[in-house]
Amino acid sequence: MSTRTTDGLRAGDSRSAATSSSSTKAGAIAGWVDDRTGLAKGARYIMSKVFPDHWSFMLGEVAMYSMIITLITGVFLTFWFVPSAGHVEYNGSYIPLKGVQMSEAYASTLHISFDVRGGLLIRQIHHWGALLFVVAIVCHMFRVFFTGAYRKPREINWLIGTMLAMLALIEGFAGYSLPDDLLSGTGLRAAQGFMLTIPVIGSYFVYFLFGGTFPGEAIIPRLYSVHILLLPAIIVGLFAAHLILVMVHKHTQYPGPGRTNENVVGFRLMPVYTAKAGGFFFIVFGIIALISSLFSINSIWNYGPYDPTAVTAGSQPDWYMGFADGALRLMPGWTEVSFGGFTFTYGILLGSLVLLPLVYVLMGAYPFVEQWITGDQREHHLLERPRNADTRTAIGVAAITAYCVLWFAAGNDIIATHLSLSINDITWFFRILFFVGPLLAFWVTKRICLALQRADREKVLHGRETGEIVRTADGRFYERHEPLDEYTRWHLVTGEPPVALALDSGTDHNGVRRPASKSERRRAKWARFFYKDNIPPVTPAELIAAQHDGHGHEAVAEIESGETTSRH
Amino acid sequence: MTTHGTPDGAHTPMNDEHGSTAVRLDQGHIQGTGGIPAQFQNPGLPPHVERMSDIDPKAAKRAELQVASMFILSILGSLACLVAYFVIPTHQQIWIPAIENGNLSHLAIGLTLAISTFFIGAGAVHWAKTLMPDQEVVEERHPLHSTPEERQAFARALAEGDAAAQLSRRPLLKMTLAGALGLFAIPPIVQLVGGLGPLPGDDLSTTFWDSKYWTNGKAPRLMRDPEMTPIKASDVTIGSVFHVLPEGIMDSEHPLDEKGKAAVLLMRLHPDQIKSQKERDWGYHGIVAYSKICTHVGCPVGLYEQTTHHLLCPCHQSTFDVTDDCKVIFGPAHRPLPQLKIAVDAEGYLIAEHGFAEAVGPSFWERG
Repeated sequence: MSTRTTDGLRAGDSRSAATSSSSTKAGAIAGWVDDRTGLAKGARYIMSKVFPDHWSFMLGEVAMYSMIITLITGVFLTFWFVPSAGHVEYNGSYIPLKGVQMSEAYASTLHISFDVRGGLLIRQIHHWGALLFVVAIVCHMFRVFFTGAYRKPREINWLIGTMLAMLALIEGFAGYSLPDDLLSGTGLRAAQGFMLTIPVIGSYFVYFLFGGTFPGEAIIPRLYSVHILLLPAIIVGLFAAHLILVMVHKHTQYPGPGRTNENVVGFRLMPVYTAKAGGFFFIVFGIIALISSLFSINSIWNYGPYDPTAVTAGSQPDWYMGFADGALRLMPGWTEVSFGGFTFTYGILLGSLVLLPLVYVLMGAYPFVEQWITGDQREHHLLERPRNADTRTAIGVAAITAYCVLWFAAGNDIIATHLSLSINDITWFFRILFFVGPLLAFWVTKRICLALQRADREKVLHGRETGEIVRTADGRFYERHEPLDEYTRWHLVTGEPPVALALDSGTDHNGVRRPASKSERRRAKWARFFYKDNIPPVTPAELIAAQHDGHGHEAVAEIESGETTSRH
Repeated sequence: MTTHGTPDGAHTPMNDEHGSTAVRLDQGHIQGTGGIPAQFQNPGLPPHVERMSDIDPKAAKRAELQVASMFILSILGSLACLVAYFVIPTHQQIWIPAIENGNLSHLAIGLTLAISTFFIGAGAVHWAKTLMPDQEVVEERHPLHSTPEERQAFARALAEGDAAAQLSRRPLLKMTLAGALGLFAIPPIVQLVGGLGPLPGDDLSTTFWDSKYWTNGKAPRLMRDPEMTPIKASDVTIGSVFHVLPEGIMDSEHPLDEKGKAAVLLMRLHPDQIKSQKERDWGYHGIVAYSKICTHVGCPVGLYEQTTHHLLCPCHQSTFDVTDDCKVIFGPAHRPLPQLKIAVDAEGYLIAEHGFAEAVGPSFWERG
């Protein structure tokens, strides 16, 4: 449409290209960058993105920030740490270990702790940050699970998060194995023991991984490369994808007045969330720094260098590996078979190398299982209150209970010594509790959820208890209830009524059996299990009925001119 | 107060003034029809409540000062951190109640760093909460999926690309490319795995006690760990326990690797207490030697209960009965600890004439 010269300018390009004229210096720099990248449009879009406000959304942030803090302090540590099992005689300033033979890894960790000024602080921040990272991931996953945030369209992000959670554990294990102190070496020794139980190739796997006999001299440098290069690269990559998907999906929000499945209500990234989330990074950093200066963790100088013939009582892994250790402690010894000159120790394999990925596979699979049961293919951007999804909440609590039983079992020796109980009794107690506890937790949680659902109904129907006792003219007393305002009430009536999507009972309305496929019938059965007890939220008709003092049904009938009501 | 869920579903109007009996689930969930909506309608955003700092300039000024003082605190923290770094010697100790002895440099640098970072965050958040807009804004969501046209266009582009590359038309290319892509990663993987370590061979089944490690063809003495002094049978009194290593192990090429397999516990029981004939035969007057490496996952079985003669592994609490050939009596281990056959040499020192009869330590597939 315009006359173009032949030297490559496209339509609309101006020869002078004075697009970056700006009066301020920052504007000029931004213009310079935009001329070369065209980022202004995208940056503006991101800056005006709206995020909803809720304390539980900060759990993921805590995970993100503790990861960043751990990455930064980790880089610091690499400048002093020597990832070598080569032997040296310690000659640093920690007197109790002077002259002791140890690996360079252990000696350099002592050097960081005692002879690098502030080095101990960096080490402690690194370790506390890593612990908090896993804690925050777990809490964040609880939030996502119990509010149903993993539902369509966020299943992929749940899978990415699940992978991140598992990699964080492995990364942590690789990290705390590096100093080559007695405790971490004992952990590696046990890990070598699990790996040996892999059928057929166990010993080959171990000899390749450790470069020969345990402990050998290869494992420290190899773990180092895994810990500082391989896993962080994968974790940071997955984390970036995790965040990008949060942007693409737009954050979920809790139901509330003005909040719908089609909008996001909150504050823009610029300036409110830049200040809040950016500031929160420093708050997390400050708290980790405070903990690190006051509470020492993994004081490796107390443990001494690794020696395969030595061990301390009360040896335990970092907390996030506790459940696997507990599983090993609970597993009975008969879980080993020998046949034709071969030995298969399936108990140890199950409690360690199978259990860990299994936990994450189950978690990753859950959204898809639930989707199959409910047949729900809609997009969900509004979170569910845990009480309104009673079955899911109960399943979650049951799973947490099983996890916690294993976790506590990892401390069975500590429990025994501190409470003067028999370790055998404790172990048996946990063995039984592992099977009974989750069932009990499921039932109790489900009952609590249903009770809360009823309580919500009660509150909507009869209002808030004011605590004011009214005496009527004829001498009767009652407590005055105050009706909820519509904003408060909305929180209690938004529970999505269970969709009749898969509630097909397999019979038609005349009770004649329909030739549904076997899997359809199984699915309907599961759907009934999932939904059957759910209590539907109050409807306006019910509220009107409730306000007519015991003549509810007549009142409704009056208003609706004779319409009948039906059981849901 | 609530009467929801009465099991029999009977109608029991109580006629109290606020009508708690009015609507009961067991009478059926009432869906509105006719004039009443089926569900409550979203009331929309609640009215915005202004903050003090929105209406009172003084309050806003106060908030500004609060934020600024937090930033100043952070600045002071950073400066103090620098001072602490340079002024306090690395090894200066300090006694603090509840912490006992602490390193002053660590503590000072840490606490000031905490102040310097925390108050940046606290200031920023306080700023956002008091002075930045607190009126919530609404952003619309749009369905994530592309429009049907866009999907079709994508499928078309894919098909066109396939056609242009003639992939479907030339199966030979498809097959050979698939083969090449399928195989190319294998050589690097083989290189990596092949270079990782030696094959285990019989390494897991041998220990430093075996005759192939003997020096001068002499059976190794049992040595105290860590002093590496030989043990006279007469030194081993009833009830005592010794941590033992084979003679010459510290001169081996990789002492740690050897110790991980050859570590032994030596105990003396009253011969009458020993229930197993084999245990008595492989011992010497009630002195018995057992592998210290747990048959569960390989921790040293470090805890000996003298009264019960039980060995307890501190890692996973496998318990072995020393009076009964170290059979497992509790815990996750499956096999007894292997026994080392011992004897006494001409000078009265304990020796091991054979290595272990079976592999020590955790189970593995080909151990038999």
